[in-house]
Amino acid sequence: MFGIYLRPSWFGACFTQYALFFSLSFQIHGDFVLIRGDTVSNMSLTQALQEHKDRRKKDANAIMTMVVKQSKPSPITQQSRLGTDELFMAINPVTKQLLYYEDKAEYSKGFISLDKTLIADNPSVILHNDKQDCYIDICSQEVLSLFTDNFDYQHLRRHFVKGLLVDDIMGYKIFTHEIHSSYAARIDNFRSYDTISKDIIQRWTYPFVPDVLCGSSAIKVERQGTYRASDVTLSRSAQLGSFIFIGQGTKIGNDTKISHSVIGERCTIGSNVTIEGSYIWNNVTIEDGCQLRNAIVCDGVILKSGAVLQPGVILSFKVVVGQQFVVPAYSKVSLLQQPTQQDSDEELEYADSTSGTGELRSDKLNGDIAPDLSETASELGTGGVGYIWKVFEGAYDEEWRHSVAPIPTDKLVKLMLDRDEDEELLTQDGNVISASGELKTDSDGNGSEDDDNEDSRDDYVSFEKEVEATFLRAVHENVKVDLAVLEVNALRLSYNMASVDCGGAIFYSMMKLAVESPHNSASELHRNAADIVTTWQKLLKSFLHDIDEEIEVILKFEEMCLESAKDFAALFPQILHLLYDKEILQEDAILRWADEKEGADESDKVFLKRSEKFIQWLREAEEEEEEDE
Amino acid sequence: MPDTQALVNDFLNKLKKRKIEGSQATAKQTAELLRSVISQTRMPYTNQAAALIHSVKAVGERLIAANPVELAVGNVVRRVLHIVREEDLSLTTAAMAGLNLSAESDDEDDTDRDNHPALSAAAIAAASRSTLRPPSLQTLLEDVPDSAAVPHTSSSGGDSEGKSKSADKSSRSRKLKHDVIEAVNELIQDISTCHELIAEQAVEHIHQNEVILTLGSSRTVLEFLCAAKEKKRSFRVFVAEGAPRYQGHLLAKELVTRGLQTTLITDSAVFAMISRVNMVIVGAHAVMANGGVIAPVGLNMVALAAQKHAVPFVVLAGSHKLCPLYPHHPEVLLNELRSPSELLDFGEFSDCLDFGSGIGAPLLHVVNPTFDYVPPKLVSLFITDTGGHNPSYMYRLIADYYSADDLVLERRTTSGN
Repeated sequence: MFGIYLRPSWFGACFTQYALFFSLSFQIHGDFVLIRGDTVSNMSLTQALQEHKDRRKKDANAIMTMVVKQSKPSPITQQSRLGTDELFMAINPVTKQLLYYEDKAEYSKGFISLDKTLIADNPSVILHNDKQDCYIDICSQEVLSLFTDNFDYQHLRRHFVKGLLVDDIMGYKIFTHEIHSSYAARIDNFRSYDTISKDIIQRWTYPFVPDVLCGSSAIKVERQGTYRASDVTLSRSAQLGSFIFIGQGTKIGNDTKISHSVIGERCTIGSNVTIEGSYIWNNVTIEDGCQLRNAIVCDGVILKSGAVLQPGVILSFKVVVGQQFVVPAYSKVSLLQQPTQQDSDEELEYADSTSGTGELRSDKLNGDIAPDLSETASELGTGGVGYIWKVFEGAYDEEWRHSVAPIPTDKLVKLMLDRDEDEELLTQDGNVISASGELKTDSDGNGSEDDDNEDSRDDYVSFEKEVEATFLRAVHENVKVDLAVLEVNALRLSYNMASVDCGGAIFYSMMKLAVESPHNSASELHRNAADIVTTWQKLLKSFLHDIDEEIEVILKFEEMCLESAKDFAALFPQILHLLYDKEILQEDAILRWADEKEGADESDKVFLKRSEKFIQWLREAEEEEEEDE
Repeated sequence: MPDTQALVNDFLNKLKKRKIEGSQATAKQTAELLRSVISQTRMPYTNQAAALIHSVKAVGERLIAANPVELAVGNVVRRVLHIVREEDLSLTTAAMAGLNLSAESDDEDDTDRDNHPALSAAAIAAASRSTLRPPSLQTLLEDVPDSAAVPHTSSSGGDSEGKSKSADKSSRSRKLKHDVIEAVNELIQDISTCHELIAEQAVEHIHQNEVILTLGSSRTVLEFLCAAKEKKRSFRVFVAEGAPRYQGHLLAKELVTRGLQTTLITDSAVFAMISRVNMVIVGAHAVMANGGVIAPVGLNMVALAAQKHAVPFVVLAGSHKLCPLYPHHPEVLLNELRSPSELLDFGEFSDCLDFGSGIGAPLLHVVNPTFDYVPPKLVSLFITDTGGHNPSYMYRLIADYYSADDLVLERRTTSGN
């Protein structure tokens, strides 16, 4: 039930996963545990397995249990201590079901979008950004068949897990198991290599720590986390700092300073060498006066005297660095030439993974390649052997994120400043979240009208058309007024309109009908209109509850007269009078309209002037009434 | 012997991964493994004892290297080697005596199976033993024929069958192996009954209405206290919880189910409570040759508190915990640093343990040592399965269990590698 793998596999080879699953599906029956080869863990799987089995008994759709562990991401760099991007997970706290998984969140936007059904379907959801995915999964056989069926699944997390969560295939569910006291982490970049190595030295992976694994006869822990093999040759004046590991048969010269580093077996380290935070594998020769800071040095490398490795340097197998040569920060040096033609990312990944796993190639390197290297020796100083791989444009900025070196302070300061600015922006623009796409999806939003006029106008036009069609049908099919009212009401609800709009729309349809029905003179048109208004006054009236709505009708009529039905322009006062007679419009509404129009432009006053007489008459009638009282 | 090889590897693996908890279990399993190693060893015609010693040592080295902190492994390996030497010696002396006897009474030896020849053989063996090592109280006592019944002089298997002195070499070889296995069986028996033997002495040490303090959890202590309780002694127990593993909680629970009045305190409250305590009784991880004790972490503080208040500090230890080495011996690993996760939750403190910024090393470092060393002057009494002993007597006790030849077992092997 324990597993450990200490050597890092350099580059993830995700493209092989599908093939792996495909071949597995023919062999495995029942539950199985999926652990990456680059995972370091001391967890006991017993409990997680039992949980998975119990869940399976209750719910056959629980096909996978993912092991997670708490680990806080850095607030400044937005990445975990393992160098991976900040991971967002939504977990149901009761059932531990995984509901959401996002490891490529957009930091720049400052938000993530969740499906609202997630919140609707689950009584409680906890959104975590402090969980680390251990890449230990307990899977049931369905996982295999899903991989066989969906051959576009190339990546277990990006495609399979997300696909399952988003598409809800067959109702399959993924659950999580959180570990507390045990350790589990995956090495998939240089930063995690560094972090996990240091965790091992700090004994978080106990009992998988160097002195226990090798037996005490070989390696002993001393104070301040110093692991030293029994037969290390150490100069009296060498200074060993804290948290270091020195393997069997290694020789260390005078006045050499070593701290926070791992040095493998049978290495020879000269005098006055400074080694800080570096990983030196086996059979490495470091001559006098070299300086190494946060570098990884693979098997068989030779550093000639005075060579300097700046932070983040990776030296591949059997590279030779020339005298006094300074290898610039974050450079990767290999005996193999960098593959020059890279058409796509896919190929790049492939190239990386083959040349990175150097062990396969290293025996080839022994003889064949050596001769033709001599001409390029100058690239690594006098007597140097190897090629410095170029870092691609754009990638250079991000190089520090996944490097073995600690994050440079200037980067941290810059990020901190950026973040402060972002936060100011966020506070200025308070509704940054409500403006995002996720909330717009609730389509019946009343609020959307004010921030987006275009939309509501479109809505109104189509609403008007619908109302007109309904009205015409009512006229032609002699539908009862009550039913017509119902229908228009239903339309109003479905378009989420106010009754003001209904009144306007119905009146518009009435007048349009009047205009479109055959007529020869203005008086004939007037009679048409009068007929229609008389027939359908109840319909119109049922949407005109207060004065505002009546004013709206007048405004609508005014608009019509100007634009679509110019025939009415001459008849404006008559129709107004008609509406007044039929008690569709009250005198208050007309007078208020008149008052409002009083202050308007001359062009707007055309109809007011035309109906001046009528209004005058209304005012007088009102005064008379008042006098009567 | 492929099957023993598999057994050995399996056991090595378990030791390495620290899967076996407790000295007693480790000691017992080591003895059982060595028994099967012995029974699988092919015996040559000459120098059979050397062959046995060689095969036991070969396995023993690897076992000790697998978990050097668990001293019980080394103790049992040395005990078994000692058994082989003793049996070989007693057989040779018996054979020599037999030759003498057979000259006198040829026909008697098959029929006469009473104690007579056995006694003489035992006497010769004891005498030859006393020439092998410096004279001690124990060897002096052994010289008296009646003391052949002392339980830990584990050569009794050979004594009772000293009659086959005229047997040929092949039967003698089978006999050596047989005797050794018998003796190892006795050792296994001793290890598994050590709790009872120690617990039997409980009533002599725990008196009515006393207050006993202990720290952490030890099965020996539990049995000891319960044995006193069964003998109708009424007393109270203070249990210090034993951070960071808090096994004291389990002990308190167990004591309560057995009907003992129990008080649970924190480790840091020991000094405050010690004035009310009549006796401190604790278990040990190992007892060194100088009488010093390797014990669960926190016990040195308890011992100092006991000394300050003149409270007797009693250590219970089965004989398999007696280690023939001194604590300053280079091969003795006094301590083991366990996982820091026993102290604090990794997730909670993961931001303090970030290597990605600053100098590349976190400011927080967690150290979790497993053991304390309690010097002999702080120990009042050892109670082993053979009775109570003073710390200054331990080296004598050890001289009876181990041969001086085997003390430096590992050193020779490591230089060989």
